[in-house]
Amino acid sequence: MAEGLVLDHVILRRGGDLLLTLDARVAPGEVLTVMGRSGSGKSTLLSAIIGQLDPAFTLEGRILLNGTDLTRRPAEARQVGILFQDDLLFPHLSVAGNLGFGLPRALRGAARSTRIEAALQEVELAGYGPRDPATLSGGQKARVALMRMLLAEPRALLLDEPFSRLDAGLRAQIRALVLARAQARGLPVLLVTHDAEDARAAGGRVVTLG
Amino acid sequence: MLRAAPALVLLALLGPVAAGLAGTLAPAFGVMPTLGGTTPGLEPFRALLDWPGLPRALALSLGTGLAATALALGLTLLICAGWHGTRAFALLERALSPLLSVPHAAAAFGLAFLIAPSGWIARGLAQMLGWDRPPDLLILQDPWGLSLTAGLVVKEMPFLLLMVLAALPGLRPGQSLATAQALGYGRITGWIKVILPRLYPLIRLPVYAVLAYSVSVVDVAMILGPTTPPPLGVQVLRWMNDPDLALRFQAAAGAVLLFAATLLALALWRCGELALARATRGWLTRGGRGRAERGLRAAGLALGGMSAGAVLLGLAGLAVWSLAGVWTFPSLLPDALSLRSWQRHGPGLAALLAETLLIAALAAGIATALVLACLQAEQRHHLRPTRRALWLLYLPLLVPQIAFLPGLQVLALLAGLEGSRAAVIAAHLVFVLPYAFLSLSDPWRALDPRYAAVGHALGHGPASVFWRLRLPLLLRPVLTAFAVAAAASVGQFLPTLLIGAGRVPTLTTEAVALASGGDRRVIGVTALAQTGAAFLPFALALLLPALLWRHRRGMRHG
Amino acid sequence: MIRQFFCTAALCAAATGALADPDPADWAAVTEEARGQTVYWNAWGGSDAVNGFIDWLGAQALAQHGVTVTHVKLSDTAEAVSRVLAEKTAGQDSGGAVDLIWINGENFAAMKEQGLLFGPWAEALPNFALTDPGANAALTADFTVPTEGLEAPWGMARLVFFHDSARLAEPPRSMAALADWAAENPGRFAYPQPPDFLSSTFLKQALIELTPDPALLSQPVTDATYDAATAPLWAYLDALHPNLWRQGRAWPQNGPRLVQLMADAEIDIGFDFNPNAAANAIAAFQLPDTVRSHVHDGGTLGNASFVAIPYNAKAKAGAMVLANLLMSPEAQARMANPEVWGLGPVLALDRLAPQDRALFDALPLGEATLDPAALGPTLPEPHPSWMDRLETDWTRRYGVAP
Repeated sequence: MAEGLVLDHVILRRGGDLLLTLDARVAPGEVLTVMGRSGSGKSTLLSAIIGQLDPAFTLEGRILLNGTDLTRRPAEARQVGILFQDDLLFPHLSVAGNLGFGLPRALRGAARSTRIEAALQEVELAGYGPRDPATLSGGQKARVALMRMLLAEPRALLLDEPFSRLDAGLRAQIRALVLARAQARGLPVLLVTHDAEDARAAGGRVVTLG
Repeated sequence: MLRAAPALVLLALLGPVAAGLAGTLAPAFGVMPTLGGTTPGLEPFRALLDWPGLPRALALSLGTGLAATALALGLTLLICAGWHGTRAFALLERALSPLLSVPHAAAAFGLAFLIAPSGWIARGLAQMLGWDRPPDLLILQDPWGLSLTAGLVVKEMPFLLLMVLAALPGLRPGQSLATAQALGYGRITGWIKVILPRLYPLIRLPVYAVLAYSVSVVDVAMILGPTTPPPLGVQVLRWMNDPDLALRFQAAAGAVLLFAATLLALALWRCGELALARATRGWLTRGGRGRAERGLRAAGLALGGMSAGAVLLGLAGLAVWSLAGVWTFPSLLPDALSLRSWQRHGPGLAALLAETLLIAALAAGIATALVLACLQAEQRHHLRPTRRALWLLYLPLLVPQIAFLPGLQVLALLAGLEGSRAAVIAAHLVFVLPYAFLSLSDPWRALDPRYAAVGHALGHGPASVFWRLRLPLLLRPVLTAFAVAAAASVGQFLPTLLIGAGRVPTLTTEAVALASGGDRRVIGVTALAQTGAAFLPFALALLLPALLWRHRRGMRHG
Repeated sequence: MIRQFFCTAALCAAATGALADPDPADWAAVTEEARGQTVYWNAWGGSDAVNGFIDWLGAQALAQHGVTVTHVKLSDTAEAVSRVLAEKTAGQDSGGAVDLIWINGENFAAMKEQGLLFGPWAEALPNFALTDPGANAALTADFTVPTEGLEAPWGMARLVFFHDSARLAEPPRSMAALADWAAENPGRFAYPQPPDFLSSTFLKQALIELTPDPALLSQPVTDATYDAATAPLWAYLDALHPNLWRQGRAWPQNGPRLVQLMADAEIDIGFDFNPNAAANAIAAFQLPDTVRSHVHDGGTLGNASFVAIPYNAKAKAGAMVLANLLMSPEAQARMANPEVWGLGPVLALDRLAPQDRALFDALPLGEATLDPAALGPTLPEPHPSWMDRLETDWTRRYGVAP
């Protein structure tokens, strides 16, 4: 069985026009970087993998995760995490609320708050649970967003230019954090970026689209 | 189930309108067996054409409707262009919901008392100039319909402003405007060139709704409009209410003509849109940076302030009247104050408040739920309404009420529904649903879709994402849509009267009956009660999010 | 065949018998059936005085007969007429929403003609015996249309003018004098625009005062009589209109608007169809207490207010009980009390028991209200066909601005 994320002869079309083709496998703990100019379909590819493809596009081929075909699965059942360039913390929930939203429902009671507090400690934000996300700094928000994603126990992680909004010093720091956490959990990572520096830091293979 | 929501909504709206129209078309062509009309023919239209006032009534309806819509829209856009994002604008925005809650008739009464030759302004002059009698000037009910147009403008401007405010955030106007200004464009010119062309398609339907309402208006026209002849809408109502039942045929024909006139006005407006778009195509990119902006901005603010001020001052006038003892010209204030009008009518109105709010809450609640279901279906099943479907959605706002309500009444009777609260709620639903859709669809679609994507990636299904993310994130616009719908429900007169069979009295039917006595004290009490009832949901829509999200800075401008 | 016909007829008779409408001749049965019913009384709701009186009457009906009265407040009687019409159109021939309508004149004529009324019942009411239709023709002829027991009279209305004695010491007391006064005081008089009820009353009053042969007006109008009879009226209006409020370019919408214009000092003379209107307006703070009533020397129009029961009313028995209660001495005396409302009673005082008559003798009379003797003679209504023609012609002549 093929472990990791497999893009099996994936072809994306807009209407009848070919947008991209990709055939790749990302092993657990590996990072595959996808680069390409704007409009080359990078973000569309990610939407297809998480199951949010706009109906204007059509997908051919299969998407497999650890041997399971995801292609027809609903988005919420794919266990594929994603981080966007914006933190997208839910503004109506506290920091702990955001993390709790990520936690599986099966975990109940005190165990939930213990996990949330542990997650905050992991990214050096202990005690930030009750805070309003709007009061956090950019770096803090990015760390909360990462942990929220990881608490959902994804089996793969997609990164949609997640560091492009951060300033240079913070960018390296967050990038290192994200990649380290993903690696520690043995997740296949698909990184979409403009930035050659991101690709270099990720260290894996690089595919260039378009 | 969710997939069926859009179809269900269209059915709830179109069924009654279509049935109602059929019930009007039949007598218009001479068929109404109850009154002895059994053979179809054109006699009712012949009688209508014989009415000597017809050309002028028609011209009045079209002229005041088009002028009022153009002025209200122009003023709204001028204010937004000149002041959006400033402190003065925020102030105006805050005055918006009280302005929206004032019923049309109450606003018209208030305005009438302000500008009449014996009104508040004239009384101020009288004090200075020593008049003991008002001048015999034709201000109200002028044959050109200028007061009527003014009354429509001051009342429709807040609605258009609300619609613009709902549509703007999705366009990220700040960035566009900043770019234009950086290129040396004046604020207003830049706004008109870079934002308006994208904004207008979003507010087109509300503008059409305002136009249709203004062409067929009855209540405001009865107070401010001319009478020799009156606009067509008023004349149709007169024929419908005439003791001579044979005039019902002519009334039906008039209602059909009024519908045709509304369509004509919409067509004219559409032609105007196209002509303007063509004429300005070159202008948009010719590079003119704008002149006299300072004057335009000042004018926009002054006119907007005056318009809002007229409604608020008129309401203040009614408030004073509700407390007035004897108050004759030229006194600026009553000779004595008295609580008697409130004591006499307050308890009765308070008793109706519960019924009114219950109907409004249910109608607005069902409307909001249906709109949410439609929008959710759009998101999940990509059932985006086509342009034609949207037109159908707004049909109840575009067809003059008087053209299909009498037919609807017969339908309700046939269905055995007349006179029950449920029937009244169903009738209200027809009119409040479009408003709920108007005010909710843009903010809903403007929500960053990546929130939902993140929610799904975190393992949450559509239901969870709807209840736990979309709804709370959009609580403010959802409550605003609810409030707009509830306020519209509170204000419904004809549907309540006709479908309620007089057995479901609300604040508004009571207010209209009491006000038919013409006593400004009574009108003051009823107008304030109605405004209060309509304002309550708005207050809720403002307070609830403020309270819930008091610790959430990110939710303050959602 | 014949046998079958008889059977069917018998069945029909039995069926109608089971669903039979209450018969006022058997009054005990009517009151029995009425007990527990709710009567939806559709009546104009624009007057505090009227609303207060109806509330009181409702309380009496409940206490004395177990009949619940709900006042459906109308802004226009046409609302109730339309409702009955819609019900008939939809085939709802029983269980209708309207039980009793305050009605008269043209609305009655229309409903009668279209068969929308139940009856006859009115003249069988026990209290109808307290009236004297022989002495007061208005009780059985509504705008000259015979009532034929389809509506019950309950109040006498009279056209009465009012003026503010502080601004106008001596008001004009005829149509001719009114025009002269208006010429000297342009812009100080107004009448509502037809087809408003009060406007029609004003035009009819003018027609009666000015037409060469008033007796013709009681007959249906004919092409032969119309022109000659109305020519003086049009000449009068042609001369009057330039001197009206706003030079006749705008018109008050209805009667109540005259009271407001009076309070705003826009006009100096107003009028109403209730002899006590000025006093009611003073009591409601609508007019200053210097306002006084006056009438024209030759008398003014008068007619009766009626209540009718639609053909498909649900609570016919309750409606009859209420109509009968309306004609009771107690209710009539209360209605006639200027401090309550001040509408004239329909009862013949000489037919009342002494203690009942005493109720009327004790009625107070405010300063703003004319003594019944000072009201002068009551002029009869013209046949309604005159008003139809007058209204059409008025609109043609003045209803469309040049």
